[in-house]
Amino acid sequence: MAASRRVLPGFNLTLGYTLFYLSVIVLIPLTALIFKTLSLTWDQFMGAVSAPRVMASYRLTFGASLIAACVNAVFGLLIAWVLVRYTFPAKKIVDALVDLPFALPTAVAGIALTALLAGNGWVGQYFEPWGIKLAFSPNGVVIALIFIGLPFVVRTVQPVLEDLEKELEEAAACLGASRLQTFIKVIFPAIFPALSTGFAMAFARAVGEYGSVIFIAGNMPMVSEITPLIIIGKLEQYDYAGATAVATVMLVISFVMLLVINALQGWQRKQTGAAQ
Amino acid sequence: MSQLTVARRRAISTTESPWIQAVLIAIALVFIALFLVLPLAAVFAEALRKGLGAYWLALLEPDAWAAIRLTLLTAVVAVPLNLVFGVAAAWAIAKYEFRGKSFLTTLIDLPFSVSPIVAGLIYVLVFGAQGWFGPWLAEKNIKIIFAVPGIILATIFVTFPFIARELIPLMQSQGSEEEQAAIVLGASGWQTFWRVTLPNIKWGLIYGVILCNARAMGEFGAVSVVSGHIRGQTNTMPLHVEILYNEYQSVAAFAVASLLALLALVTLAIKTWVEWRHAAEMRELSQLPPERPMNTVPIAQ
Repeated sequence: MAASRRVLPGFNLTLGYTLFYLSVIVLIPLTALIFKTLSLTWDQFMGAVSAPRVMASYRLTFGASLIAACVNAVFGLLIAWVLVRYTFPAKKIVDALVDLPFALPTAVAGIALTALLAGNGWVGQYFEPWGIKLAFSPNGVVIALIFIGLPFVVRTVQPVLEDLEKELEEAAACLGASRLQTFIKVIFPAIFPALSTGFAMAFARAVGEYGSVIFIAGNMPMVSEITPLIIIGKLEQYDYAGATAVATVMLVISFVMLLVINALQGWQRKQTGAAQ
Repeated sequence: MSQLTVARRRAISTTESPWIQAVLIAIALVFIALFLVLPLAAVFAEALRKGLGAYWLALLEPDAWAAIRLTLLTAVVAVPLNLVFGVAAAWAIAKYEFRGKSFLTTLIDLPFSVSPIVAGLIYVLVFGAQGWFGPWLAEKNIKIIFAVPGIILATIFVTFPFIARELIPLMQSQGSEEEQAAIVLGASGWQTFWRVTLPNIKWGLIYGVILCNARAMGEFGAVSVVSGHIRGQTNTMPLHVEILYNEYQSVAAFAVASLLALLALVTLAIKTWVEWRHAAEMRELSQLPPERPMNTVPIAQ
């Protein structure tokens, strides 16, 4: 087969252009970030990335992203299940609507959620009398992150559920398993890799999210200030070194998340490959 | 056992009782109503709160128009560039074997996992006043950061993988037998691409382009870092929404936001239509009579 590869023309052109464009748009600018960070001393770097206000922002960013990804894992799985297994009116519209967070600009989502959850909003007014603040608090951050992360879980779990073989469930039922046992012992293990992938994608997206969060968070230092906003704050004070240091921490986390997601997808492919 | 009882047991064994189904459907619908439908409805309700007159007035404002024009310009430049890249990358990755291919695919995905703020920052570090090319650009009087080129670059970065990652798995699953046949029959590389490959990938291409376009027009974080927020000049629609909102011009902010929400709805509609068309074509193909087995002449000499 080695020779047949050569039949199709364009290898040098397409790969060359791909590498060129990738370098110009992504790799060289990212290198600038790394070089700028390397120009800092260790103490400067640590001082910037471990200041109390920055540490508080990590706690909020990662805590809220984790809660949001967990909520999305549960409800995303439920929505995917309902869309694949059951029939109900307007199902196709609901299915299309799941992608809304992908298509709706984050700033629009941000101001819409703020309008809803503020003390006088459609939803917020019912929580205000109980002393629960939804907007302008960490609660608002979690809600915004749930919004933007939902389609990741639904869209990774849905195709796997669709391809699941009914025979396995029938076999489980014939062997005396209850429906719940079948779900826990047969269905759940089969969709678990996909669910983990969706969870990781929702988490990764939530950690870097900016647009939908800043309107609703209130942005109080130490309380409801996310890490991307810390970078913006430093940039506005012309503290490029500090902004770069914090950005490097976020970039490293993105790399790690990307590797985790790749590994999870590999696991998922192996699992579905083994089942066939 | 009669056929009926067999059928019934089969149904019982692989589905839930009707009331469990109803409860699960209800929970899913309530969740979607609360988290997706309500915010969408709020955009239009807030935009029209002071009536249609105020809504139109907000949209006809010159700064709003300038923002709309800049957003369209950004998308018109960014989407075709990423389209050409997406096709080239998919061709290289799907049609050939080479070392480091999976690493290359991971690198292409990278902009998806980088925070938009970091995406904006890296261009400031390259082209900003203190950046690598800053002094040189200042000498030549070229502005990239806090100007339109920076906005376009940041947009290209955040929408970089959209079309490539739609096309790579599609072209991989289609293989390259059809292209090889065309080449062997004497077609040139370009003819093969236009007549064989392009018709095969058209739905994936449209799909990628509309998602890329939606993100390009709606990007906020990355563009916000490099824009400089000059009204009428470097404000895209999402940035204009932010400025109006922070100035407590709620109706005007939501009016511009409603245009972006409409864009999202149109995007979803086209996306769903593409999925239906694609599924319909697949059904038609599967209903065709099976082809006679081809003569398996090896293509390579």
